Amino acid sequence: MTKSTIELPPKGGFSFDLCKRNEMLFKKGVQPPSFRKTGTTIVGLIFQEGVVLGADTRATEGPIVADKNCEKIHYMAPNIYCCGAGTAADTEAVTDMVSSQLKLHRYHTGRESRVVTALTLLKSHLFNYQGYVSAALVLGGVDVTGPHLHTIYPHGSTDTLPFATMGSGSLAAMSVFESKYREGLTREEGINLVCEAISSGIFNDLGSGSNVDVCVITKGNVEYLRNHVLPNPRTYTSAKGYSFPKPTEVLMTKVIKLKEKVEVIEGGDAMEE
Amino acid sequence: MTKQQANWSPYDFNGGTCVAVAGADYCVIAADTRMSTGYNILTRDYSKICKLADKSLLASSGFQADVRALQKNLEARHQIYQHQHNKQMSCPAMAQLLSNTLYYKRFFPYYAFNVLGGLDNEGKGCVFTYDAVGSYEKVGYSSQGSGSKLIMPFLDNQLKSPSPLLLPAQDAVTPLSELEAIDLVKTAFASATERDIYTGDKLEIVVLNREGIRREYMELRKD
Amino acid sequence: MDPNSRLVMEDSQRTLTPYVTGTSVIGIKYKDGVLIAADMGGSYGSTLRYKSVERLKAIGKHSLLGASGEISDFQELLRYLDGLILYDNMWDDGNSLGPKEVHSYLTRVMYNRRNKFNPLWNSLVLGGVKNGQKYLGTVNMIGVHYQDNHVATGFGNHLAIPILRDEWREDLSFEEGVRLLEKCMRVLIYRDRSAINKLQIAKITAEGVTISPPYSLKTFWEFSAFKNPTAGAEGSW
Repeated sequence: MTKSTIELPPKGGFSFDLCKRNEMLFKKGVQPPSFRKTGTTIVGLIFQEGVVLGADTRATEGPIVADKNCEKIHYMAPNIYCCGAGTAADTEAVTDMVSSQLKLHRYHTGRESRVVTALTLLKSHLFNYQGYVSAALVLGGVDVTGPHLHTIYPHGSTDTLPFATMGSGSLAAMSVFESKYREGLTREEGINLVCEAISSGIFNDLGSGSNVDVCVITKGNVEYLRNHVLPNPRTYTSAKGYSFPKPTEVLMTKVIKLKEKVEVIEGGDAMEE
Repeated sequence: MTKQQANWSPYDFNGGTCVAVAGADYCVIAADTRMSTGYNILTRDYSKICKLADKSLLASSGFQADVRALQKNLEARHQIYQHQHNKQMSCPAMAQLLSNTLYYKRFFPYYAFNVLGGLDNEGKGCVFTYDAVGSYEKVGYSSQGSGSKLIMPFLDNQLKSPSPLLLPAQDAVTPLSELEAIDLVKTAFASATERDIYTGDKLEIVVLNREGIRREYMELRKD
Repeated sequence: MDPNSRLVMEDSQRTLTPYVTGTSVIGIKYKDGVLIAADMGGSYGSTLRYKSVERLKAIGKHSLLGASGEISDFQELLRYLDGLILYDNMWDDGNSLGPKEVHSYLTRVMYNRRNKFNPLWNSLVLGGVKNGQKYLGTVNMIGVHYQDNHVATGFGNHLAIPILRDEWREDLSFEEGVRLLEKCMRVLIYRDRSAINKLQIAKITAEGVTISPPYSLKTFWEFSAFKNPTAGAEGSW
């Protein structure tokens, strides 16, 4: 094999060029920047005709709420949606990438995507990156083989479950499911139980908060109920409102006009050569 | 057996935010009532405000066990003071005592962030703000705890205090009326609760004035 | 003695890693008093080493104590409390320590031990009734303590408290209280790997303490999706 004398640009995927340098800096005590995590409650359950997914809408950066109303239920395919917990960038990127692969696959086959296909693509990607792509997912959808619900951990392991929870509020939400879930729930009951589980995460877990998003997937139909419940309105607004002092004092109003240094030639001929 | 537990730590952080505002003839001391650890809420109703003497109130956040030990220590010292002097300790005296008590544990500190509010001997509002090892300053208003980085700039914007370098020394008290100050504190907490995960559940406001002590509560977000 | 070996000896006297531990304790107030529940497992790391550990004990006339964490530290604490109650009795003044006082004592013991970097590796729940007043509090190994209408330690904080916050009421009857605790314990059995299905519930009222004999809860594992997990993801691995 001949050794190439020129460096070829990378073919795709992540760039690991600076990993060695970063490792060295870290050893010297340089703190890496923090990422926006969705300290999260996400859940899903299977009911009579399909799957219900749910999520809270709080995104945090350390102790600060970065986004009070973000979306954590991602589109995968017309019949498949996926809730994401972990580093926001990772959950977004991984669901987008797989979603596009699924679309190409649909063009190729002319058939509806299957949940197991999404599951396999997601877990392969996550396993390849050994947990460094920190996405914890709840995947749900309805395909020709019926309703499906899976959880996917950042290292790539997966589970097939009748009800699932993920994120920092997973235990609070799970306590609701473990005491109230049963097989053969109706659509109404399913939505209510998901709301209750998400609310449990919102109120008992500091990483989760704000509103409840719900997504109901049935055979041939999806209902995305954005902000289905809004249980946390602002608690106090001053009756008098607040005025803020005048802006910075204007000290000088002399305007210096810029001189034109380039002569503009009218007509198109000058450009041709 | 493999070691399962993380390294033991003598400290924890139980969250919470404290604010105090001093006026010409009143002092408002406020704190939320949430107590948390990690991402868990331990209880939604724990008072962070402690009455140390008739005219001094201490609001503290940080590590609850240390805060409680500090409060008990100061309560005991105040008891002795009363026996020896047959009167209540003044707020500025309590401020110095608190500083000394904190500094005494300089090398195994009380992990407590305090704001002391009260009325001085002239009946004027006063606020003292501290770090964990006893450095303190007399100010017109202050905020400590997890939401302080959200509240302090807002207070700075609304209540400009005179420079402490001015001679003769200027009054640090705020020009607001008592009701305006309470309204300001409520707004500050409602806003901090929107963005700080450790602040919430309920706001406890204690107002100290010529008539005595009055307590008010306001609900905050519980998520 | 060489100074290093003394250091090692001093280190070895401290519980900075626990050996045999008990998991969550849950306590609630109800109409007539306080109820506390705990299972009977004693874990040695992840091994279930003991299956009949009593973690609920009566303290004096008015208090009930539940403990999670290091079992031997808990048993030492019981010896301290025996001494405390005995000393109190010796006054023979018709006065006796109530739950508030015992909780305060526990709080100081735990905090003082943490100050010596020699903690008692426990989270405690103390309930009681005295002079018609119900009391329920908790304290952990570094001295953090509080009172509430319902408290829990360890995993119970994650799994039981959300249920209790939704369903607890001031006027819970004894039967309703037990049912609520059993609901929480069942979730813990499902989801806390060191919890076992053999538990006790203790009651304290103005009449005194009753600790139930050990018993099990009915559980359900028959969801069809549990039966053949691979059937749900045919075509993947």
